[in-house]
Amino acid sequence: MSIDSAPASASPPPPTPVSTAGGKKPTRPGDRVFLGLARGSGITLLVIMAAIAVFLTWQATKALGENEGNFLTTFEWDVNAEPPVFGIAVLAFGTVVSSIIAMVLAVPVSIGIALFISHYAPRKLATPLAYVVDLLAAVPSIVYGLWGALFLVPHLTGLYEWMDEYLGWTGIFEYNGGAARSLFTAGILLAIMILPVVTNVSREVFKQSPKMQEEAALALGATRWEVIRMSVLPFGRSGVISASMLGLGRALGETMAVATVLSPSFLIAPSLLDPGGGTFAQNIAASFKEASPAGVGREALIASGLVLFVITLLVNGLARLIIARRKEYSGANA
Amino acid sequence: MKLQRTNRLRALAAGALAVSGALVLTACGSDDNSGSGDDGSSKAASNIKCEGKGNLLASGSSAQKNAMDVWVKNYQAACPDTQINYKPTGSGAGIQEFLQGKTAFAGSDSALEPEEVTQSKKVCKSGQGIDLPLVGGPIAVTYNVSGVDNLVLDADTLAKIFDSKITKWDDAAIKKLNPDANLPSTKIQAFHRSDDSGTTDNFTKYLNKAAPNSWKYEPAKKWAAEGGQSADGSSGIATNVKQNDGAIGYAELSYATGNNIPTVKLDTGADAPVEATTANASKAIAEAKVVGKGNDLAMDLNYTTKAAGAYPMVLVTYEVACDKGNDKATLAATKSFLKYAASADGQKALADIDYAPMPDEIITKVRQTIDSLA
Repeated sequence: MSIDSAPASASPPPPTPVSTAGGKKPTRPGDRVFLGLARGSGITLLVIMAAIAVFLTWQATKALGENEGNFLTTFEWDVNAEPPVFGIAVLAFGTVVSSIIAMVLAVPVSIGIALFISHYAPRKLATPLAYVVDLLAAVPSIVYGLWGALFLVPHLTGLYEWMDEYLGWTGIFEYNGGAARSLFTAGILLAIMILPVVTNVSREVFKQSPKMQEEAALALGATRWEVIRMSVLPFGRSGVISASMLGLGRALGETMAVATVLSPSFLIAPSLLDPGGGTFAQNIAASFKEASPAGVGREALIASGLVLFVITLLVNGLARLIIARRKEYSGANA
Repeated sequence: MKLQRTNRLRALAAGALAVSGALVLTACGSDDNSGSGDDGSSKAASNIKCEGKGNLLASGSSAQKNAMDVWVKNYQAACPDTQINYKPTGSGAGIQEFLQGKTAFAGSDSALEPEEVTQSKKVCKSGQGIDLPLVGGPIAVTYNVSGVDNLVLDADTLAKIFDSKITKWDDAAIKKLNPDANLPSTKIQAFHRSDDSGTTDNFTKYLNKAAPNSWKYEPAKKWAAEGGQSADGSSGIATNVKQNDGAIGYAELSYATGNNIPTVKLDTGADAPVEATTANASKAIAEAKVVGKGNDLAMDLNYTTKAAGAYPMVLVTYEVACDKGNDKATLAATKSFLKYAASADGQKALADIDYAPMPDEIITKVRQTIDSLA
């Protein structure tokens, strides 16, 4: 509400005095060297990105030229056929759906953890808890994959049966028995994997919510929850959104974990709990080793990689836009 | 932000510790596995004739990787002057690298295609690429059905199961083949390979030949039928079959024995159902005909054999080399290594790791051909 639009006079420093880049030219040698180094790094990054884009496009064109199917709508990936037929419909569907499941599961939990660490937990508990969340990010994705395939999948059938009983009428949560190696399982695993990113950034943002406002609210008799609802959450909203976008970027590109828990096929199953589907990254990992350099196997995978690249760019662009709208509060820039 | 940075450092350090710890532990764990090859090496070492020196590069089929590992280990123990490096990159990539002249020989699950033979004339200059069958193996159909431990199936039923036409374990067709078994009404979960695979290729070749009415798909490395579940690699199939009640899948025999999963006995029309063993597979391979021309020993397997104790669901993998025009720098070493692989010792080492030695008649031809390589 009105508290939302509080002036920036509170604890986060106003951003203006930090950067004077556009204005005067640096005169002292140290400044000039540093400027050169910084500018060089920036340009290097752009060159690398451009090189990746050019490489992907260049390689993809060959495969797209020989493709007999419609690249966007074909439900098949038969690159060794004569002529090759492949399309990304199933992969795009699987990538987006598993990422959305991951977001729906992970973001509320992340916000909860972030709020707990920043506002509820005693300091003694908050610090180790923050470590533990950070540690989740340090676990290699193949380890998540192994854990998922060997522990999570066999233990999910109970949950699936429960969902079938109470949510089966929706059609998308119908369970027909069998191993729980579906897009939904992949989504659960992805949710765990993006948890640290989203939690970490959200926590940073929440910690920077103006102390004065919180204390003022408390002084007016607000409960802890009311303080969070009226001061912390509105202040952190854009930060949480950009954190989620970072997490989404990771979920979209995750390879090994998805490849180990999914039962891939080039069909879109009507139910999220049915085995089947696939994601861009998973398909690249699974098909690369047998993609013979003679045909267009590798180029076709690269073409699918190009689509993933574009999707990821769009997501990151969106995140940037949201951050830019409320630059002064963004935890990422603090 | 400052606090944050130390957090990350500490997290990283702890993570690194965990990972290196895990590495140390797994390093210890994997030691035992190589034990089976040891007894072979001491016996075999004496009969290996070392010729040539230097680096021998080869790549291809992953189905024969374990066989290659044993051969390379034994060969290298006897001939330290030669370094053999076999990369299991898959048959397609292996042949491709061979045709580009990057490797001395290639391993492949399927014989050279006619256009590949034409291409090989560039690398082989005065000759052409030929197939040398050196490794055979039974493809085991593994299953996990509670209360059933002696399952018999025939090609037709297998085809229907993997084509999702039979969906329950107590289906009449399965009951007919297993009158004494106590079959549950569990749903069948048929697992196939999600990656392109030589095992899939050979498995579907068998279904296509032995059950032409029930299996309409063309044999291919890529799984063609719809439905069922999929997993990556033979190990993925084995893990999933072991994990799920009602599951059935196919993999090279070693994955079944290694994971203690029961295998299906095949009703081939012979007097008794045939078990998936290396000896039975060798019997079926003995019925195969050589269809390659000249020095080429490409084979046509008899998938419909009814001979007693012959297990027809087999795959044969080849080494691909030039009959003439091999690279002079590696020719001597290549011949010497392949000679060992085709020798009695080399073939005997296979049976210990669940591959099938090639039958006498064929391996004799292979030895002659290897001697004639130039």
